Amino acid sequence: MSTASKGIARAFARRRWAQLTVLLGAPLAWLVVIYIGALGALLLTSFYSLDSFTFTVVKKAGLQNFRELLDVSVYRRVALRTLTVALAVTVIDVALALPIAFYLAKVATPRIRRILAVAITLPLWASYLVKAYAWRTFLDPEGGLLRKVFGLSPGFGLPAMVLVLGYLWLPYAILPIYAGLERLPDSLLEASSDLGGRAGATFRSVVIPLLLPALLAASIFTFSLSLGDYITVGIVGGKTQMIGNVIYANFGVNNVPFAAAFAVVPMLIMVVYLLVVRRSGALENL
Amino acid sequence: MRIRPLVRLLTVAAASTLAFTACSSSSSDTTAAPASTETSAADTAANASGTADTVAAGNEAAAGIKAPNLPMATEIGAGEGQLNLIAWPGYTEKDWVTPFETASGCKVNVKAGNTSDEMVQLIKTGEYDAVSASGDASLRLIAAGDVAPVNTDLLKDYADVFDGLKNKPWNSVGGKAYGVPHGRGANLLMYNTDTVTPAPDSWSVVFDAASPYKGKVTAYDTPIYIADAALYLMKTKPELGITNPYALDESQLAAAVDLLNVQKSLVSEYWSDYLKQLSAFKAGSMVIGTAWQVTANTAIADGQKVAVVKPKEGSTGWSDTWMIAAKAKNPNCAYLWMDYIISPQANAMATEYFGEAPANKKACALTKDKNHCTTFHADDEAYFADIWYWTTPTKDCLDGRGPKCVDYAGWTKAWTELKG
Repeated sequence: MSTASKGIARAFARRRWAQLTVLLGAPLAWLVVIYIGALGALLLTSFYSLDSFTFTVVKKAGLQNFRELLDVSVYRRVALRTLTVALAVTVIDVALALPIAFYLAKVATPRIRRILAVAITLPLWASYLVKAYAWRTFLDPEGGLLRKVFGLSPGFGLPAMVLVLGYLWLPYAILPIYAGLERLPDSLLEASSDLGGRAGATFRSVVIPLLLPALLAASIFTFSLSLGDYITVGIVGGKTQMIGNVIYANFGVNNVPFAAAFAVVPMLIMVVYLLVVRRSGALENL
Repeated sequence: MRIRPLVRLLTVAAASTLAFTACSSSSSDTTAAPASTETSAADTAANASGTADTVAAGNEAAAGIKAPNLPMATEIGAGEGQLNLIAWPGYTEKDWVTPFETASGCKVNVKAGNTSDEMVQLIKTGEYDAVSASGDASLRLIAAGDVAPVNTDLLKDYADVFDGLKNKPWNSVGGKAYGVPHGRGANLLMYNTDTVTPAPDSWSVVFDAASPYKGKVTAYDTPIYIADAALYLMKTKPELGITNPYALDESQLAAAVDLLNVQKSLVSEYWSDYLKQLSAFKAGSMVIGTAWQVTANTAIADGQKVAVVKPKEGSTGWSDTWMIAAKAKNPNCAYLWMDYIISPQANAMATEYFGEAPANKKACALTKDKNHCTTFHADDEAYFADIWYWTTPTKDCLDGRGPKCVDYAGWTKAWTELKG
């Protein structure tokens, strides 16, 4: 090593803040500029307005976009529908993921566990669009597979959307719950059983409390992924629309300020959700 | 894993920032625009008929549009080696793109746009050189400074373009051309010939609450479709006083939206992706609705039993223009493409494939089907008299009534409310 580089090394060795700056500087700058900066721009834009004459954004701050969001009932309906869909998808996914993850973590032999783990993550390798279009051919109310094989199909609309979103995000629910169950020592289940706890009681008083952080983590994934979706709606949603579709439609007329204002709604929903989760203390266990 | 939802939320944020930067730069261009490009109400009234071919070229401009003063190319330099296009499905097929690539050395990358709104969004990303814009996109692009005027003197075949397509309110402002015409056609009523009998001759089958095809009707999922309802009302309810389906005041828009609400009870699904429409017609969940000729051509080639008709009320339609992005990274290739796509051979192939009237007179001699120009009424201005080309609605009424019409942002809101 040359004397110069030795000097640099010595200089750094004595100054911990310099080490930290060099190590974290780039990722921190990335986080601030790209992540926080973009969010800031979004918030700022939501106060601007659109000049309908020239289709350009007028940079004069005002609350008109938010007032419109509150005044026009269709936006409330769309927001409420999106929230309902996200909640339904979350409940269904967690309910499905829990037994699957439990089987994976506690019952299956290592061999079967490996096979199942691959089977669960395999759909993640296929494109989202391909999967959504595949569901379209399943769900078609006239010539679809469900109609042909089972004689009934929900057709296109809200139920179809919940079904497809539930399918798409299921792996994101299984994986955190599986990880949570893995960390749950078998000895606790045995102890509960030794003390006379039946399966149901053990599940309620031992598994669920310890698993709560994992369940909430899974719900954050499925909830937020559903909240922002607008492509599945277009493919299997029939005549309905979600927040994402309204935002997309407003981009078409360059009404970016209104789109930004509406984008604040799912962000607020997420913030409230995360605060509730935090209050429950679950985040500390993550 | 844990940051995924954050990433997703931030994608929305990042996308809007991109658009935001695009807007902020274009708005400054706009302020520099000369006021001379504004037009009088009298001009507007003449232009707004959309079909009248009487106004002298050169003084036409669309209502209420101020175009930023952007420079125009003075020569076509050497190609840059690649070209990024936004095109309607069916406009850039291998058959005529490959010869262009060989001749010009410009490798063509195409992004298909399903609606005019989508195209407007795409061009704002700044990643594309040229776009095949319909009339409802072109004015927005011109006004926002997203596209530059085109020096038509540099294009060798421009002289052969039908006069009925040159210097129109949707492709020029203040006498400056903003692109080259590609072709034109009508939005047609497509139906399944097995289930729909007798053959329809009116849009009433998709608007009348008593339509026998309830639950299997489809409509185009974009605000501009409101004009289809307005056109039907123009013919069936003259007391509303609609004279141009793109110039609707509050009460006329409300009437159109009411009609669309009736239609909504008939609709199985709206379509914006023509492939989705194709698959739904094939599966049978749609049997009748508005469609493009290319959709019908593809369905028929696929063995489906469908037919299209231009109903007696007339229809909305399009007159498409290839425009060059103001911030094109490959402007020479874009000019070479515009020059190529209106050349007789290429124009014949492209418009015959899509099923529309070509823009170049000489293309008519080169189509495979010698009757193509007759079938699609290429030189028949009378045929186009009851076709209302897509135009961007503006506050200043396109029919010259003054500033009391609902602009396209209002149409978008109405469409959002319609979907509920």
